[in-house]
Amino acid sequence: MNIVGNFYQSVIYDGRWKFILEGLKNTCLIALGAVILGVIIGSIIALIRNYHDHHNNKLKVLNFLAKAYTDIIRGTPSTLQLMIIYYIIFGSVDVNIVIVGVLAFGINSGAYVAEIIRAGVNSIDKGQMEAGYALGLSYKQIIFSIIFPQAIKNVLPALGNEFITLVKETSIGAYIGIVELTKASDIIASRTYDYFFPLILIALIYLTITFILTKLISRMEVRLNHARS
Amino acid sequence: MLEVKDLKKSFGDRKVLKGIDLNIEKGEVIGIIGPSGCGKSTLLRCINLLEEPTSGEIIYNGEKYDRNRNLSKYRREVGMVFQQFNLFPHLTVLDNITLAPIKLGILTEDEAMKAAKRYLKKIDLADKANNYPDELSGGQKQRVAICRTLVMNPKVILFDEPTSALDPEMIGEVTKLMRDIKEVDFNMTMIIVSHEMKFIKDFCTRVIFLDEGKIVEDGTPKQIFDHPKDERLQRFLSKINTR
Ligand SMILES: Nc1ncnc2c1ncn2[C@@H]1O[C@H](COP(=O)(O)OP(=O)(O)OP(=O)(O)O)[C@@H](O)[C@H]1O
Ligand SMILES: [Mg+2]
Repeated sequence: MNIVGNFYQSVIYDGRWKFILEGLKNTCLIALGAVILGVIIGSIIALIRNYHDHHNNKLKVLNFLAKAYTDIIRGTPSTLQLMIIYYIIFGSVDVNIVIVGVLAFGINSGAYVAEIIRAGVNSIDKGQMEAGYALGLSYKQIIFSIIFPQAIKNVLPALGNEFITLVKETSIGAYIGIVELTKASDIIASRTYDYFFPLILIALIYLTITFILTKLISRMEVRLNHARS
Repeated sequence: MLEVKDLKKSFGDRKVLKGIDLNIEKGEVIGIIGPSGCGKSTLLRCINLLEEPTSGEIIYNGEKYDRNRNLSKYRREVGMVFQQFNLFPHLTVLDNITLAPIKLGILTEDEAMKAAKRYLKKIDLADKANNYPDELSGGQKQRVAICRTLVMNPKVILFDEPTSALDPEMIGEVTKLMRDIKEVDFNMTMIIVSHEMKFIKDFCTRVIFLDEGKIVEDGTPKQIFDHPKDERLQRFLSKINTR
């Protein structure tokens, strides 16, 4: 096998590296946009559900919707969700496909982030909430000055892992024609008739990204475990 | 000043409190005793509305309180000290004490700091102001937790087994602090659930024996401990004395 030749054919010739660059850019954009959107949606969902649990079943309708959203997202394949959003919801609208990707993956991620935050909050001893109440603090004050600062220790690393999952998940964006990393390798392979080199190259890029992210998360974990406030 | 009227509390179909009537005067120190599971903690938790009573009324200074009415105002006046201390582990000792008065706008940051330091000095923990709760002993934690309640300037303090989680040698420092509070502020009303019978007997002005969700006997420490009338109380006391 001629590695140099393959490399030339897959990456250099005809400016094919541009596909890879475009793919890398879109993968990062979508993963980043989705995790931000996911954290926003997830926080709201988690707040609604926690408020409901602590207030004698107030916010009944919102809580029902929040729970339905979580169940639907977690109970259907993300590929299907992506296709529904692209072909049905945005079917007749002309919209940038990368934005569709951010929306679809963000909405998907929101359900998982909500569960991450709920688990983090539920891991805090319920005596903390009670001590806050006994001092006359409001639910909101307790959540923001007592519960969240403690829960963040569990939540942040889990969010990091969610981000890693997202980076890999974006590969299904290829289904609706988003040129992210996986699609980029596919495009190149379809021109060179050689799958080996582009796929391995892309795999290495994914590995590098997730490796760096994993390192960053474990560093953050160490920091969180030492820092206190 | 604090009145509990026909208070009932059930968890599902388990009836824990079956109609409690209690009239508490300003300055009283009330000990609540009774077998494990009889509802002592539930009673305290209902009094400051951490649990919502199934039925009945909590009346404080002539005003009725429930979970939807003036809760924050009521809880500032009625403090609570927990068996497990429930200090905030992410905050320093000082911040534990100043958090609520600052957040609630009762004291400015400066005033709160000064008040907290004054309390810490009184309990000989001034040098721990910037430590975190997990760097304190159990007795120190409970004393800080009591200061956290005191800084709110409460009129009533509820103590739910304040010394049960402590090593025996640390019980004294907490009961001493409780006595000091009473000495400094003669009008302070206290309701104490405890298994420290000796402490209850010589500190409380009134003792209530609770069994199976009802007040079985209510009297002075002398009446309760030296001349128990009800047979259940007699049995309860003899079990404790032989232990
Ligand atoms: N949140 C709850 N849900 C269901 N049952 C509860 C709850 N809290 C208390 N109980 C039940 O109510 C009963 C009384 O509990 P409580 O904690 O008031 O007893 P206690 O007198 O304080 O006992 P101990 O001396 O062991 O602290 C127990 O049988 C307990 O299992
Ligand atoms: Mg109890």
